Amino acid sequence: MSVFKHHAKLETNVFFLAVGILLSVIVGGLVEVVPLFTIESTIEKVEGVRPYSPLEQAGRDIYVREGCYNCHSQMIRPFKDEIERYGHYSLAAESKYDHPFQWASKRTGPDLARVGGKYTNDWHVRHMINPRDVVPESVMPGYPHLMRPLNYAGIAGNLTALKVVGVPYTDAQIMNAKKDLEEQAMSDSPDAAVLKSYPKAKMGDVDGNPKVVTEMDALVAYLQVLGTMVDFTTVKPEKIYR
Amino acid sequence: MSSNTEATPYCEDVVKKFVLAATFWGVVGFLAGDFIAWQLAFPVLNLDLEWTTFGRLRPVHTSAVIFAFGGNILFSTSLYVVQRTSRASLFGGSGLGNVIFWNFQALIVVAALTYVLGFSQGQEYAEPEWWIDLWLTVIWVLYLIAFAGTIMKRKEPHIYVANWFFFSMILTVAMLHLGNNLAVPAALFGGDFMKSYNIFGGVQNAMTQWWYGHNAVGFFLTAGFLGIMYYFVPKRAERPVYSYRLSIVHFWALIFLYIWAGPHHLHYTALPDWAQTLGMTFSIMLWMPSWGGMINGLMTLSGAWDKLRTDPVMRFLVSSVAFYGMSTFEGPMMSIKAVNSLSHYTDWTVGHVHSGALGWVAFVSFGALYYLVPKLWGRKELYSLKLVGVHFWVATVGIVLYITAMWISGIMQGLMWRAYDNLGFLQYSFIETVEAMHPYYVIRAMGGLLFVLGALVMVYNFYKTIKGDVADEVMQPSTAGAR
Repeated sequence: MSVFKHHAKLETNVFFLAVGILLSVIVGGLVEVVPLFTIESTIEKVEGVRPYSPLEQAGRDIYVREGCYNCHSQMIRPFKDEIERYGHYSLAAESKYDHPFQWASKRTGPDLARVGGKYTNDWHVRHMINPRDVVPESVMPGYPHLMRPLNYAGIAGNLTALKVVGVPYTDAQIMNAKKDLEEQAMSDSPDAAVLKSYPKAKMGDVDGNPKVVTEMDALVAYLQVLGTMVDFTTVKPEKIYR
Repeated sequence: MSSNTEATPYCEDVVKKFVLAATFWGVVGFLAGDFIAWQLAFPVLNLDLEWTTFGRLRPVHTSAVIFAFGGNILFSTSLYVVQRTSRASLFGGSGLGNVIFWNFQALIVVAALTYVLGFSQGQEYAEPEWWIDLWLTVIWVLYLIAFAGTIMKRKEPHIYVANWFFFSMILTVAMLHLGNNLAVPAALFGGDFMKSYNIFGGVQNAMTQWWYGHNAVGFFLTAGFLGIMYYFVPKRAERPVYSYRLSIVHFWALIFLYIWAGPHHLHYTALPDWAQTLGMTFSIMLWMPSWGGMINGLMTLSGAWDKLRTDPVMRFLVSSVAFYGMSTFEGPMMSIKAVNSLSHYTDWTVGHVHSGALGWVAFVSFGALYYLVPKLWGRKELYSLKLVGVHFWVATVGIVLYITAMWISGIMQGLMWRAYDNLGFLQYSFIETVEAMHPYYVIRAMGGLLFVLGALVMVYNFYKTIKGDVADEVMQPSTAGAR
């Protein structure tokens, strides 16, 4: 019972106790977190995943602001029913530029990891303004306030901060952030410069107000790109070593 | 004891303030929770206003109950217990105590306002933006100084077991808070002032978030509240802790194992399998120290089980430990990947959290508050023990309604999502599963309402106790009586 006798040293000295506690609680985190940065197969090497366009990122910031993660996941699990309902199971690579991640933990509403392209812009706008207009049984709040103009004065600074945390924006992309944002929201030209920087970006005004970039434009641009970056007709994740 | 009290003037005015704040924020947090529960049943209650949507109010509820109610409970009990068990007055005195108190209350108000106005880091239970995180860090360091300083001033040779738990909570929460809120403010580069981006993204952010998130449960809501159990259960039962050795094993095993459990929030996600399996294994192992702690708490009543019948405050304390045992069995079970494949993303998780939060955390808090209020305000007993009994039963019925509704809706939802018809198609559209939840959301919200009503009975009881009234009722033999 010497173990218990030695314990007296810990319970009579606040420094020893602190050291004992810190040593005990630090191990688990180190073992579970550090290898995620060192083991290369953690994030699959797949084609197609790119940083969000400025408009998509502004939309993502709105998604975070409104707390959408409280009810919607962005993480399809590799089960038959989930794949049939939502599409291919999510890869780690698909959220590698997500700061913060929005996998979430509750599905009061459906998963959104691959909602991009599933509904028309018009559907999204009507659904956001009053979800029950298009889905009568929905319990989602209405978001009519998203029809206001988007404040994007800080977009270049926001992208710079994202670059600092590891999203590979180029200097040119940051310099053109404002222009790219406006172009994506207002033009629907297939030759738009923003498409060269951000392939597959959904172009054009979504809310019937092409003169003003609204929060709705940004949020819908984000939703429409979700899950569309990786082309699963050519990428076969089960063949990628992880 | 009276001569000791004579010798050591404990700093109790700050403890009193924390007790009142905990009571106040408790009611606010329960009300916020019940309101958003009704929103899920009747979406018109979102009011079509940006400030009152479920998405913005849910963090108000979770932060109010965890950090405002739970936090003030932890401040009040830990600062009360550390002084008494060290036979020393609070380090820094009421000066330092008041700085901590007023900053913490202001921080709660500011954090809640920012959520409602639409500023959020977007990580569960870590929503406050970067400058609020920095502010909390300062408050927390002051708390550490006050707490550890008091231990260093102690006149008792040994540090009492409750203080180990409080101390581990303070240190670990500091580590978790710093680790999970490593974010770069966009304002540094001309971006939005109220915006920051976590330095971790995607899968790594998922891991750090649930390393934080699960241990907010493990340390803030478990280790800290076990500290409460280790002081207030023996005190109220007038019995020593059942086993000193069990407390040692319980303590070290609990704090070592808890940290590993985070990945069970990420089963079957894009988190690598090795991390998921590790998280599951440790979550299952965690069952043992949890039940060790439960046994230590319950067996403290050996020879005093009659108090369960006669003392409704004891009933709160003991039931809380029983709920602790139940949810620390349910938790490891839900962390098994096969079970989790059904329960994840459903209301079952919500029910599990609330059996722990209402049954364990809130009940042990109510027990501690009912013990503290008459003591701190120099009353012989509470205004009415009968009302404590009323509170107990109203709240218990509320919890039972809540968790059974969530079990049914959660398991039903999980089964409906994976159901196939006999032609091999998915049987239910998503919206059909939402519709099916409606009756259970109503039942849950009614359970929550009962819980709020119970808390209001407590508020009335405290008001009368502090005023100095004594109810004209046949006194049940209390701990102070008969014996």
